[in-house]
Amino acid sequence: MATRRHGRVNNDATGTIMAADAQNWPNLIFEKLREFDVRHVTYVPDSGHARLIELCHAANEIKPTVLTTEEEGIGILAGAWLGGERGVLLMQSSGVGNCINTLSLARVCAFPLLMIVTMRGEWGEANPWQVPMGQIAADTLRLAGAIVYEVTDPQAAVATVEAAARIAFNGNLTAAVLLSQRMLGAKLFKD
Amino acid sequence: MDEQSKLLRRSAIARILAERGDTLVVTGLGSPTYDCAAVGDHPLNFYLWGAMGSAVTVGLGLALAQPKRRVLVVTGDGEMLMGLGALATAAAKKPDNLAIAVIDNERYGETGMQPTHTSAGVDLAGIALTCGFRQTATVRQVSELDAAVPMLHTAKGPVLVVLKVSSVRDPLVLPPWDGPFLKSRFRQALLGSQAA
Repeated sequence: MATRRHGRVNNDATGTIMAADAQNWPNLIFEKLREFDVRHVTYVPDSGHARLIELCHAANEIKPTVLTTEEEGIGILAGAWLGGERGVLLMQSSGVGNCINTLSLARVCAFPLLMIVTMRGEWGEANPWQVPMGQIAADTLRLAGAIVYEVTDPQAAVATVEAAARIAFNGNLTAAVLLSQRMLGAKLFKD
Repeated sequence: MDEQSKLLRRSAIARILAERGDTLVVTGLGSPTYDCAAVGDHPLNFYLWGAMGSAVTVGLGLALAQPKRRVLVVTGDGEMLMGLGALATAAAKKPDNLAIAVIDNERYGETGMQPTHTSAGVDLAGIALTCGFRQTATVRQVSELDAAVPMLHTAKGPVLVVLKVSSVRDPLVLPPWDGPFLKSRFRQALLGSQAA
């Protein structure tokens, strides 16, 4: 199957290539976020989040905020929670490093913080510059106090987001869902 | 400039907060937190004691979640310089109800009064204006507060006022720093006793 321009492709266990956007997991995550009354979607974009971001921009009750750098989302979501509203932070794994010190805000004040991180530099990565941060993203989040869920199967994505959202919002904790390149596919740098 | 017309941080902040009404206040770490505490502790003050660079983003999130309430961020030049991107993010969102006061002594006051970039001429009001803030001002004299104070409280946001103050150190006035306490106290004062 032809790949999309600048798109990601999936390689399943048998080596068959299929388009990632044929899968429904972004829609399911979007519906789950609505179910949890998430009103603020803050993000630095990633192609793995593109569909979810589109859905959020189209939803009346959701306020999307583009960030210049990922740690801004931690502050915005803390402020939104002070004001009585829930949110989520979407980013690529390279953004995890940008967040480290600011994660102390969520931890020291026990703000609920839900993050969905699309992985780079982890599985079949073509760009070596993505590898150093991608390889330490999960450990970095754990060291900063986050509960980390790693998802490799797209069919497990929505249940994992639900588990993370519940523990974050009910427990005033930081929870991160890492979506593997195994389910997103690796960027191939081909036109 | 004669001594009496120079801006002192504590008296400038006292004058601004005297007219706060039901404004929600977020303070940046260091002296701005102490300046606001010196005026008097308040349940609708959220004091940051760390997470440098986050004062504007916390204020922005609060302003977006509470569009009917005025939100005032009080921070310093060093803290603001660490989160300059937040001015672009706030300008892009254009919340009507967000005001930022930067107490600019051109120094990192907590760490030994080392100079910040504002001492070299970096213009925070100019940066905010070119990002797309609706109004900005730089205040150097007490008399200029007559226009700046109402701008912070009532002008359509986002607005930013830089207060160029002397680098004299004031006595420490330390508000609570227990994060969950500050968070829950703020939420209960704003959202009612059921909020925790």
